[in-house]
Amino acid sequence: MSQIPALIPTSLLLAALLSLLAGLRSQRAGHAVAAAGIVVSFGAALLGMWEVVSTGQSIRYAMGGWIPPIGIEFVLDHLAAYMTTLITFIGVVVIFYAPRSIRFESPGKATFAYPSMALLLAGLSGMALTGDVFNLYVFLEIAALAAYALLAIGDRGGPFATVRYLLIGAAGGGFYLLGVGFLYFSAGTLNMADLSAILPELVENRAVMAAAGLMVIGLGLKMALFPMHFWMPDVYTNAPSAVSGLIAPIMTKVSAYAIIRLFLDVFPPGFFTETLPITATVGWLSAGGILYGSILAIGQHDYRRMLAYSSVGQISYVGLGIGLANPIGLIGGLLHIVNHALMKGLLFLIGGSVRLRTGVTRIPDMKGLGKAMPWTMYAFVIGALAMVGIPPTAGFFSKLYLLIGAVEAGAWIWFAVIIASSLLSAVYFFRVTEMIFRDPGSDPAETSRDQGGEKDESTPDHPVGEAPASMLIPVVILAVGVILVGVFNFAIISALLESVVAPLEG
Amino acid sequence: MTIEFFAGRYPYILIAVLLGIGLYGMTMKRNLLKKVIGMTIFQTAIYLFFIQGANKMGATIPVYAEELGTEPTAYMNPLPQVIVLTAIVVGVAITGVALSLILLTYKRYGSLDEEVIIRRMRESA
Repeated sequence: MSQIPALIPTSLLLAALLSLLAGLRSQRAGHAVAAAGIVVSFGAALLGMWEVVSTGQSIRYAMGGWIPPIGIEFVLDHLAAYMTTLITFIGVVVIFYAPRSIRFESPGKATFAYPSMALLLAGLSGMALTGDVFNLYVFLEIAALAAYALLAIGDRGGPFATVRYLLIGAAGGGFYLLGVGFLYFSAGTLNMADLSAILPELVENRAVMAAAGLMVIGLGLKMALFPMHFWMPDVYTNAPSAVSGLIAPIMTKVSAYAIIRLFLDVFPPGFFTETLPITATVGWLSAGGILYGSILAIGQHDYRRMLAYSSVGQISYVGLGIGLANPIGLIGGLLHIVNHALMKGLLFLIGGSVRLRTGVTRIPDMKGLGKAMPWTMYAFVIGALAMVGIPPTAGFFSKLYLLIGAVEAGAWIWFAVIIASSLLSAVYFFRVTEMIFRDPGSDPAETSRDQGGEKDESTPDHPVGEAPASMLIPVVILAVGVILVGVFNFAIISALLESVVAPLEG
Repeated sequence: MTIEFFAGRYPYILIAVLLGIGLYGMTMKRNLLKKVIGMTIFQTAIYLFFIQGANKMGATIPVYAEELGTEPTAYMNPLPQVIVLTAIVVGVAITGVALSLILLTYKRYGSLDEEVIIRRMRESA
């Protein structure tokens, strides 16, 4: 049992390597290897979560037998179990969805896409598991490099959008590393548990304050915290659907997780709230991001670009949970990590199914799809309801806890922001829903085909119909997941999240 | 006073200047290649920061020597150096990916100037 923390990322790393070797011989074999590795890591994550929940103890694993704090340790505690289960679950769903989508949207790139996906998941799960602040940087950059490769294989503008993201990501990673340096030179250790024991004596130290500031700035850049979000719409619009369905749900969230980890478990209590106004700053920026993302999403004609702007707003809900810095607010933010991952993954994958069947990515062209692809479109309605926050979908509960948190904190402006953004998302999702279920009309010549990528000039060779099973099943699983997480949200909170926010209770 | 201030801190001032130059290049330059050059300067400044922070006057390499014994001030701290090694590897990988993406961008749009590329993207859309 004690091997589980190491098993999750290593099975993914191994799968990435073997999948590349197998993929050079046969694309199908490459996919099978990557899928096997991801399924194994998901199984390990589930086992680990079970172990952590049933014993209430975190599982610690010293890498290479080097005893921490000298060596690097992996810690599977409640928060890490929550994150790794989410990361690997999204990985499992997307890897089975990916083949049809990537072969259609990025022909010839699939061989390298599967290992990159496994590598991305390895980096993200490593970030969630590591108990060492420098090791976190390494996994951060592993995930980022895999993400750059994946994002660039999309449409014509993909590489350019990705270069701009890469520059932001490199600056973010650099700031974080600089912060690690300040922390190491003032505290003399990189181990998180060790740091949390040493740092209370150093709260007045200027270098420690600089470290906290730099690390949060770096992670904020990575998490697309407003106003550092500007790379996101272009990147998601140009990426293949399976890739944005993998990256949009989890990538930015894991950086948000890292901020929460620093806030709760590394720096002393009150350091992020009183010594430095970090949580308040993150909260106000997030409030700006929520409004900005929701308003700009309304004006978009491209389905993926609309989702990207909505992602700017949605990641900010997590930031708002950090900003509230009270137990119920942070629970809302943490719950929103899972909720938004399921909803946004669902919506991006639906975009991929629609594109495969019709070649369409513009919202006005989606007219009448409700008849042609009924299951996919019902799933879309569930996703849209969840984004707006209608009970019993998952989106309702995280917003509810955030609202309660805002009331407790007396943050009435943030309260108003959450309500306003829910109404705004109702506007932009209603617009799409209305288009989908509208009568297709009699003039199909009016419907312009996808104008995005160079390969879309060929009209798709499939008749408009329901998506193939390999794409429909993942979509349905995610749609069911959105509802199940909503219905059973209280179980998730009492099993995992309550002990995560326990440091804030005192 | 000012002389002493600078004399004691000049490596850090140099590092701060390099960080500034790097960030300026990454954000203000329009040419993608110059942005990557800025990124490399920025990363190098971070490596120098770690090296400088671990610097110990009169200390030797961290290999046990009979005549020095276990006196910690006699040895350099190897950890920051190892961190820099790892960070250099990461940095090289990022630069490599950046250059390959820039090459693809140039092939598709025939320019490295950000604004020209954006204009051509709009025209083709």
